[in-house]
Amino acid sequence: MDLSSINPLVLLASIMVASTPILLAAIGEMVVEKSGVLNLGVEGMMITGAVCGFVIATETGSPAVGFIAAAIGGAILALLFGFLTQYLLSNQVATGLALTLFGLGLSALIGQSYVGIKAPVTSNLHIPLLADIPVIGRILFQHDMMVYVSIAIVAAVWAVLKFTRAGLILRAVGESHDAAHALGYKVVRIRMLAIMFGGACAGLGGAYVSLIRVPQWTEGMTAGAGWIALAIVVFASWRPWRVLLGAYLFGGVTVLQLNLQAAEVPVPVALLSMSPYLITILVLVIMSINRGRAALGAPAALGRVFHASH
Amino acid sequence: MGNEATLLAVEGVTKAYPGVVANDKVSFSVAPGEVHALLGENGAGKSTLVKMIYGLVRPDSGRMVWKGAPYEPATPHAARSTGVAMVFQHFSLFEALNVAENVALGMENPPPMRQLSVRIREVSETYGLPLDPDRLVGELSAGERQRVEIIRCLLQDPKLLIMDEPTSVLTPQEVDILFETLRKLSAEGTAILYISHKLEEIRSLCNSATILRLGKVVGTTNPRESSARELAEMMVGQTLHTPNRESADLGEIVVELTNLSIKSANPFGTSLKGVTLSVRQGEVLGIGGVAGNGQDELLAALSGEALSTPSAIKFKGKSIGNLGPNARRGLGLLAAPEERLGHAAAPDMSLTENAALTGTIRRNLASKGFLRWGAVEDFAKEIIANFDVRTPGPDNAARSLSGGNLQKFVIGREVLQDPDVLVVNQPTWGVDASAAASIRQALLDMAAKGAAVICISQDLDELMEISDRFAALNEGRLTPPRPAKGLTVDEIGLMMGGAHDMEVAHVDA
Amino acid sequence: MLTLERRPSPSRMWTMLTPPLAVVLTMVAGAVLFAFLGKNPVEAIRTIFWDPVFGEFAFYYRGQLLVKAAPLILIAIGLSLGFRAGIWNIGAEGQYIVGAICGAAVGLAFYPTENSLVFPLMILAGAIGGWAWAMIPAALKVLFGTNEILVSLMLVYVAEAMLASASSGLLRNPDGMGFPGSRNFKDFPAAHNDYLIESAGIHWGVVAALIAVIFAYILLSRHLLGFQIRVTGQSPRAARFAGVNPSRLILFCLGTSGALAGLAGLFEVTGPAGQISIDFNSGYGFTAIIVAFLGRLHPIGILLAGLLMALTYIGGEAAQSTLGLPASAVQVLQGMLLFFLLAVDVLTNFRIRLGKTEAA
Repeated sequence: MDLSSINPLVLLASIMVASTPILLAAIGEMVVEKSGVLNLGVEGMMITGAVCGFVIATETGSPAVGFIAAAIGGAILALLFGFLTQYLLSNQVATGLALTLFGLGLSALIGQSYVGIKAPVTSNLHIPLLADIPVIGRILFQHDMMVYVSIAIVAAVWAVLKFTRAGLILRAVGESHDAAHALGYKVVRIRMLAIMFGGACAGLGGAYVSLIRVPQWTEGMTAGAGWIALAIVVFASWRPWRVLLGAYLFGGVTVLQLNLQAAEVPVPVALLSMSPYLITILVLVIMSINRGRAALGAPAALGRVFHASH
Repeated sequence: MGNEATLLAVEGVTKAYPGVVANDKVSFSVAPGEVHALLGENGAGKSTLVKMIYGLVRPDSGRMVWKGAPYEPATPHAARSTGVAMVFQHFSLFEALNVAENVALGMENPPPMRQLSVRIREVSETYGLPLDPDRLVGELSAGERQRVEIIRCLLQDPKLLIMDEPTSVLTPQEVDILFETLRKLSAEGTAILYISHKLEEIRSLCNSATILRLGKVVGTTNPRESSARELAEMMVGQTLHTPNRESADLGEIVVELTNLSIKSANPFGTSLKGVTLSVRQGEVLGIGGVAGNGQDELLAALSGEALSTPSAIKFKGKSIGNLGPNARRGLGLLAAPEERLGHAAAPDMSLTENAALTGTIRRNLASKGFLRWGAVEDFAKEIIANFDVRTPGPDNAARSLSGGNLQKFVIGREVLQDPDVLVVNQPTWGVDASAAASIRQALLDMAAKGAAVICISQDLDELMEISDRFAALNEGRLTPPRPAKGLTVDEIGLMMGGAHDMEVAHVDA
Repeated sequence: MLTLERRPSPSRMWTMLTPPLAVVLTMVAGAVLFAFLGKNPVEAIRTIFWDPVFGEFAFYYRGQLLVKAAPLILIAIGLSLGFRAGIWNIGAEGQYIVGAICGAAVGLAFYPTENSLVFPLMILAGAIGGWAWAMIPAALKVLFGTNEILVSLMLVYVAEAMLASASSGLLRNPDGMGFPGSRNFKDFPAAHNDYLIESAGIHWGVVAALIAVIFAYILLSRHLLGFQIRVTGQSPRAARFAGVNPSRLILFCLGTSGALAGLAGLFEVTGPAGQISIDFNSGYGFTAIIVAFLGRLHPIGILLAGLLMALTYIGGEAAQSTLGLPASAVQVLQGMLLFFLLAVDVLTNFRIRLGKTEAA
């Protein structure tokens, strides 16, 4: 064992990078759930985003174009989910699962000739002044663009939900679609928009894995990140800044266990590599023990099918 | 009525749904300042009609005229900007949002939140409907929730205010105050379209009434000049059968609740606090109260869906508070909840399957854990035949039945199991008059044969008609039961909690 | 504009017709997909759906059909019980792995004892392993109300890590010259799940799958417990009113599906797979979700759906070798099948009408 090989500075700096994919996917899913829809297909949308982003970025040589393509790819897949659940009124749980299974297959098919290629490099920003602050600059202000985009999305979601009429309507639809309908709000349309936003965010998160975090394409490379994003939404009690907190905590655990594996601590590798999942379960359990408080954040119409009858 | 005096005219409006014509060439008109009643039974087409006026549903044919110009609202937004506002029967409120947010959602161009809160306070005080804009709606009582809806409407200075069965959630005292508010609005020139099936209310409040039956207008009258009986017969189309009651001697106490407290399973529900009551064989105990004061919780506590300390509930002297629904059924304590679809019955399952839902134990429909489907079907057929349930057969899904027919099935299912105690919640809610009468008669017949009946209801007329003793639920507490005979409306109102904190509108406009 | 109108009762005809309709739509969409991939669509569809059963080499493929279908059916039957009750076990893959590990471990502990009790003991261990793995989400849901979907799924990744560790550590073949992977059960007759009828591909797992189908059929159609499962799925509140104990139902449904998935894993590891290895699991636990839905959560339907899904696996492999169709194309095909099924399912509960819409 050689714990001295772990550089705390590098460790802290890499937490933000490790957390960004989950953060993006989770904040998108949070918006979807706020509108009253449970989309379990996050994993499928992420992996589709990962492959779309990778393919387009390598073809065009531009990671930025890749990210845009990933967002579009994720949104298109989400549109499929939205069409089935909102217009054809299919079961949301089953449809979300279908989305994941389909997305895993589709991404493998699209990406088959891209295995083993390296993605074009995304350069890190070097924010003037801030990046030069000792220690903190290295940890916070020397990352790639997407890290900051993801935080900006969290801030935007928070502001929209809290201060704008659009946010109020979104929350209202998630709270009671019947009441919203009676007041004349277009429940299905609002939910479709939320679902597409969630898909685009998941797509961005996936592309972050294949373009920056790894950066190359392998089948099934999101390895459950989409599911963890779903758990983080629960952990966060549907509150944007707590989504950020949850994602960073989780990213911290992931980075730490990878570093411990590299440092060859006398803990079985299997135990270390399963630790992120075990910790997710633990967090879910703790959250459900405090159900009373957490339940207040959960949209009341979450997962319920809406059909405007007379 | 001259055109210039007409605010809204509905002319020959028809709306059909598959299998039912909800409105058939309906015409009527409302003048500014008029309080106009739409009177009809459940299913007469009142709701469809107002949904068309509010832009939620579009008519198939016919037209509507607003101040002489064609009126075709495509959405509620359009209706609201014309000057139509509506207070819903099933509230269009969001429990997890606060009062101000709820009000904002029902307005076309709400001012910023802070200003809106100030306006809410102002208007609510002017009209005697105090409200705190920052409270979560989920924490409000049913009466307070209605205030939110009314204030949401008033803030938009409506020309026409539609009120759908507004008094079902109010105590008699609160009804009086609401009527004061409405009269004041009417005096200010606001037209009110008042939907109800309660005749006395309409006679005391409305200037004119349009009576609907099976989607058609069957009469327009001045309700103050007609007797309640005439109105009722126009509404129902037949002479009403009043349940008759053979009084039986009261026997032993069968069910006894002592200081029963249970926390509600619903985060916005009402917990029961120290409920004490007892019922004797052959007795009908009526439990009144405004919706949301612990009715669902009391039913759950009696049915065994919510468990309590064993001795808080005694059945023939035996402690049963910790027994589940089936154990209680075995003893003879049966229940029929309020919500027919999804609680008393599974909507997508056939009537046969729904008969098995509660009937397996007392009717011996299963042997060694295996259901005897033949026997179950016979039971379902027996219910259908004995309780006049209109359905093609026991294979039909529960949700295909009309409200009244399904309710007859649900009540029949329990009555035919020959209970010692039957607890019902809102047994005739949303049921047409003839079905309601037969359900009440069935309950009375059961009591006459020596069973005890606990009837939880928000319909005071119903309770006065069938109860021996009356008690009221108010915020999870039960008043001591009193003999029903001779109770005045005022006394009942006070038992239900009086006017809470409502006050009469300050008539200073 | 098209509008949906709720049927008074679910249509029996469409309940039966939607799965075949979904299959046909999937074939059409699949053909389009294959055309995009530069393959002859008709030939590809024929290779996947027709040749394995009726083609030149059908005698070989037909046996494979049951071999592939058995674990799918076994797992899907268990899942369908939970799905019917609204209890979503989507971690069957993990239970499958743990069942295989436990069963294999018991067997290997007796190596090389030749006793006819070894295999039954392994079956028991496999079922208990899968059951125990499923009891984790079940217990957490009952005790704390924790979401079983996420927990059961997280446990798949944990099980995969355990599998990796077992195949390179605890269960590694001591005579395997350090390569990961356990002893092969083909070399251990007392623990080998051999074919009972080789030409038909029938081994003990196939027998178990058929027994599970029959039991599930009786349970759901005749037994009170099955009735309770159905009521709970349709209307949890009505179920509670009818005296159903939700906790017991959660424990039963998750436990049963875990045990069946564990059995599937055990029969697979001792038979067709032959050994515990790092890539032993091949996604049966997830494909079984499709099988369960495609079979309308009905035991007989699942039997047929399992066979169909096995067909796509076998046909897909054949298309891979003869046409060079990528392996993932089959996965896409299976995903599409579930999508189309969920989409056409709307016909069961709704009538589609041409007409003007309400202001929705």
